Amino acid sequence: MELSGGEIVVQSLEDEGVEFLFGYPGGAVLHLYDAIFHQEKVKHILVRHEQAAVHSADAYARSTGKPGVVLVTSGPGATNAVTGIATAHLDSIPMVIISGQVGTPVIGSDAFQEVDMVGITRPCVKHNFLVKNLADLAETMKKAFHVATTGRPGPVVVDIPKDITDPSIKIEYEYPREISMRSYNPVVKGHSGQIKKAVDLLLSAQRPMIYAGGGVILGEGSAELTEFAQLLGYPVTNTLMGLGGYPATDKQFIGMLGMHGTYEANMAMHESDVIIAIGARFDDRVTGKLEEFCPYAKIIHIDIDPSSISKTVKVDIPIVGQVTEVLREMLDLIKASNVRIDEKALEAWWSQVNKWRDVNCLEYDRHSEFIKPQYVVEQLYQVTNGEAFVTSDVGQHQMFASQYYHFDKPRRWINSGGLGTMGFGLPAAIGVKLAHPEADVACITGEASIQMCIQELATATQYRTPVKVINLNNRYMGMVRQWQEFSYECRYSESYMDTIPDFVKLAEAYGHVGMQIEKPGDVRPALEEAFAMKDRLVFMDFITDRTENVYPMIEAGKAHHEMKLRVAPGTPIDRELA
Amino acid sequence: MRHIISILIENEAGALSRVAGLFSARGYNIESLTVAPTEDSTLSRMTVVTHGSDDVIEQITKQLNKLIDVVKLIDLAEAVHVERELMLVKVKTTDETREEVKRLSDIFRGKIIDVTLNGYVIEMTGTSDKLDAFVAALDEDAVVEVVRSGPMGMSRGEKGLHL
Repeated sequence: MELSGGEIVVQSLEDEGVEFLFGYPGGAVLHLYDAIFHQEKVKHILVRHEQAAVHSADAYARSTGKPGVVLVTSGPGATNAVTGIATAHLDSIPMVIISGQVGTPVIGSDAFQEVDMVGITRPCVKHNFLVKNLADLAETMKKAFHVATTGRPGPVVVDIPKDITDPSIKIEYEYPREISMRSYNPVVKGHSGQIKKAVDLLLSAQRPMIYAGGGVILGEGSAELTEFAQLLGYPVTNTLMGLGGYPATDKQFIGMLGMHGTYEANMAMHESDVIIAIGARFDDRVTGKLEEFCPYAKIIHIDIDPSSISKTVKVDIPIVGQVTEVLREMLDLIKASNVRIDEKALEAWWSQVNKWRDVNCLEYDRHSEFIKPQYVVEQLYQVTNGEAFVTSDVGQHQMFASQYYHFDKPRRWINSGGLGTMGFGLPAAIGVKLAHPEADVACITGEASIQMCIQELATATQYRTPVKVINLNNRYMGMVRQWQEFSYECRYSESYMDTIPDFVKLAEAYGHVGMQIEKPGDVRPALEEAFAMKDRLVFMDFITDRTENVYPMIEAGKAHHEMKLRVAPGTPIDRELA
Repeated sequence: MRHIISILIENEAGALSRVAGLFSARGYNIESLTVAPTEDSTLSRMTVVTHGSDDVIEQITKQLNKLIDVVKLIDLAEAVHVERELMLVKVKTTDETREEVKRLSDIFRGKIIDVTLNGYVIEMTGTSDKLDAFVAALDEDAVVEVVRSGPMGMSRGEKGLHL
């Protein structure tokens, strides 16, 4: 079959089984868009800003496990996509981003809408390609998908000059079925000797902890992790990226760890003698002050990326491999082992963990005359039966979502953990809804974040993606305000916006339903009403308590057991501190 | 500690900037870097001299390995190896100093590759220390120009960096 470059790109997407292509046209990709016009298999989603195209495709990938695909034009189209690409890169999301480039004869001449996309994205992609010959195009597309989806996943940019997609030049097309690259061979199986050592250490633990991250979700290892944890009976904590990798309602789950993690999770990590880190990377938001992180623990670390191991925290038993493979091998060894867990020690450990649990660190004032953001998330959890896909933006609302919505399944919690990109939530929700049209999709956001990609309300109208926007509106950039309260003597420098739009009218202007909820008593009925509207996007503007903070909190420079807790009279927290 | 990392990398446009960009983005030191294609024209061999603690060097090698274009690498400092650097020095001479500079060059096994009325260009290879010593031995005012390749190296014996 003879195809032009533009047709080759589109055909290769079809051959990869791509359902949705999120993009925005422009001069350098006009040939490509003409090729899209002539086919029906790959559905193009026209966003309103290239950043949103990347977030939508990214969330599609997070919620399905399949790579997200983006098409943008050269120059500003490409640079607008960069924030989205960096977001996907820091959270290791498999994506292929196709960017148009000016024609090869004028590359380097500062041509109209020219930017060195390969150069600009180099530090924030897993890999990138500039296609200089039409003959390399099909193979490059194959390589891009291969690199993006294998090993530690990540975004791959394919920059295609306009002349490469010229409709008048056709060549024989054959999409490679497989590809091998001598310079790229990700490890799958873990080292057996190391796995054996790890199992011996785990079985001898007195105060064990399982610390599991986003790698469990990306590596489809939730079932293995759950079996592994339940066979051992050890406490489990998840990172922000790992939520849903272990069922949050299970009794062995002690909450998220880190800066806004639970008291019990952080204390247990601190006191633990054996920690197994699974697909987690000892991020600074998890460790707090590095020198005082887990002082008593021997650490086992399973990760697919060798460079994650001993990057910040030196580990005792590193295991490089695919999470499912390694956990399965460990499960077999544990079942075959005649070493028994020290049940007495484990029982004592659990009773200690439960004492920390009794501090009830997530308790908040339930009698306030104002709507508490925590209450909204709790009610959302109940109204959606814990089954919704929840996307979030970045800030206080993101932390409330992670603390009060209990994810029992992987790929349900979609947030920008690594880069912390405000504006992620709404386009993400659209990407998730396209992938899961029957599911409830909620975007938990704040009045500051939502305005960073608000234009996507139009995309939602066009493609009829009836997501529910849960806007926790406290009239502040809440997390900035919280830090200013704690560390800058309440000098709220620029964390307040003088004019906030009327979100109800705004939603209506885009053809959606808008609601404003001001009283705690109205929260539940409003949510029920909104979720009953299956075919409408409902923008729910919750006017929440302006002064609410996220607790617990490990402040900058503090160790992970030095948490700031919410102190409310009569709560168990009070007793603990006394 | 000083380390010499030898890298086999796909000989593709941008490969060099991937390596250089990695060092600057992650705040690693580069003392010198040399690169040229190998006997197999699809591969380039790069030699990076860097220094850092063992932890830093471990991260550098892991991060380099993670680059998709990197095929293989070794840290030469981990085992016995030979290393050489090439230097060209342009030296001003007068009737009085011409013989002396030539003698000095001979002692260091240098080669005079260009002669003019006013001076020489001397080619010299050796370890970086030796080249430093030669430059130091010359009259400071006589040295017009120095260009050095940065060290490159190979491990001794069977061990090595090849496909």
